[in-house]
Amino acid sequence: MTLILLLFIFTLSAFLGFELISKVPSQLHTPLMSGSNAISGITIVGAIIATAGTEGSTTATIIGFVALVLATINVVGGYMVTDRMLAMFKKKGDK
Amino acid sequence: MNPALINFVYIIASILFILGIKMLGKAETARKGNMLSSVGMLIAVVITLFDKKILDCTDPMSWGLLVGGLVLGAVIGVVVAKVVKMTSMPEMVALLNGFGGLASLLVAVGEYHYDMVLNKMPDDFSKFAIIATILIGGITFTGSVYAWGKLSGKISGKAKVYVGQKAVNAIVALLSLISAGAFIWAGQFDLGYQLMIGAVVFSLLLGIVAVMPIGGGDMPVVISLLNSLSGMAASAAGFVIQNNVLIVAGCLVGASGLILTVIMCKSMNRTLSNVLFSGFGSAGSKSQKVEGEMKPISTDDAYYVLEAAQNVVFIPGYGMAVAQAQHAVKELSEILENNGAEVSFAIHPVAGRMPGHMNVLLAEADVPYEQLKEMEEANRILEMADVAIVIGANDVVNPAAAEDKSSPIYGMPIIEAYKAKTVFALKRGKGAGFSGLENGLFFRPNTRMIYGDAKATINDLVAKFKDK
Repeated sequence: MTLILLLFIFTLSAFLGFELISKVPSQLHTPLMSGSNAISGITIVGAIIATAGTEGSTTATIIGFVALVLATINVVGGYMVTDRMLAMFKKKGDK
Repeated sequence: MNPALINFVYIIASILFILGIKMLGKAETARKGNMLSSVGMLIAVVITLFDKKILDCTDPMSWGLLVGGLVLGAVIGVVVAKVVKMTSMPEMVALLNGFGGLASLLVAVGEYHYDMVLNKMPDDFSKFAIIATILIGGITFTGSVYAWGKLSGKISGKAKVYVGQKAVNAIVALLSLISAGAFIWAGQFDLGYQLMIGAVVFSLLLGIVAVMPIGGGDMPVVISLLNSLSGMAASAAGFVIQNNVLIVAGCLVGASGLILTVIMCKSMNRTLSNVLFSGFGSAGSKSQKVEGEMKPISTDDAYYVLEAAQNVVFIPGYGMAVAQAQHAVKELSEILENNGAEVSFAIHPVAGRMPGHMNVLLAEADVPYEQLKEMEEANRILEMADVAIVIGANDVVNPAAAEDKSSPIYGMPIIEAYKAKTVFALKRGKGAGFSGLENGLFFRPNTRMIYGDAKATINDLVAKFKDK
């Protein structure tokens, strides 16, 4: 049953994702990409559990740790570069 | 903490991601959207620290690594985000994307390893999820790192093709799938573990061989596809650890990334499989020879034409990024405006090396975004333009796309630079574009070539205006 529920969520999210991005002006393509790239760093949640939820296996903990560092770079770096880019988009006259 | 409460917070995080992506699609709300989604990420991370598995953890090393990992990753993330130059943004996005893919792969590997330590064989579906995460994550990682190498110039950006390449790629793909299938079938951990390692190796290899035959000009497609894949890897990892927020957030990114990929392909009038498998731009594609000769012009003469122009359109391409000419271009555009001319910028969706590349560069140089025109509007403006200045763009202004049925880029929508009364093409040398095609635009009677570094040329023109 859990499995079916998870697949249900997956399918609905896929359709939602397709609907969300139908008409995006090309000037926003890069921020959209790097912003959604930061969201894909959500795997950080899995990495947290893999690091501290694997008591008794040092190897599993260390694998989790490496995943955690990489995912955190992805999340923090991703959001910050996106914000930096978006801060540059200015209308005429804005200073 | 109560799992129901944790899941409730995950729902809130998912809502913030959805709103965030939606708002990223509009210029006015984009920045706020990005912030909303980062808040969603923050609360998802914080609530995960209250997961029963984490709270029950008494091992000081695990706690040390947890805190240390978060701090280390955050510090590196902040530093790279601050230090990276706007011109290096394509490779930066590629690299971050690769990290996400590798993280998902490691989450899956770690989970299987821990199952082995507990001696608790996962069911078939969990094994399927584990191996799917590994395959997608592995391809995303090496594919992104290879793309990073190409974009940053560490390896040649040209498409690499060799005899039997398709066969080699097919074999690597097949080996990945076979080891994946056998992994699910394997009932014992010893065999399963070896097969998993095999799948890791083959998927890493597959990422490299898949991106190898794709040339620099097709990078916008590859980058957005890899972005989509990293989302799918996270989503698959969500099935591994049975976590809703990973499934939702990963899948949203996977789907929206795929849409962006399709938009990029449409802008080149090519299918995704054509981009991925054709080795476009590597072989000497045959098309009509262009008659005539390219006529150069000095910056002195160019200045007089520009001085009298009422309507000027800049058409930037990857060459502007290479020459880092965006600030000089902005200065020239201001001078022209003060001189009474209408100035606009015509942006082709696939100009540059990532989706929206030109927009980012021009925004960095403080060009207001109302001046940036998308293809259709730009083509209307070009009909009335006195001067079109092509800066390091080539295939996106090649009239063969509209006129020459035998051309490999036939059917690709282009910026119709040739409609302007006069076209100045800034180019480093006489060579062909990334696709290896001669560009008929450069041979037209109304086109004048200005050879040399784009930045130096523009600065030269700026100086001439200032002297008067």
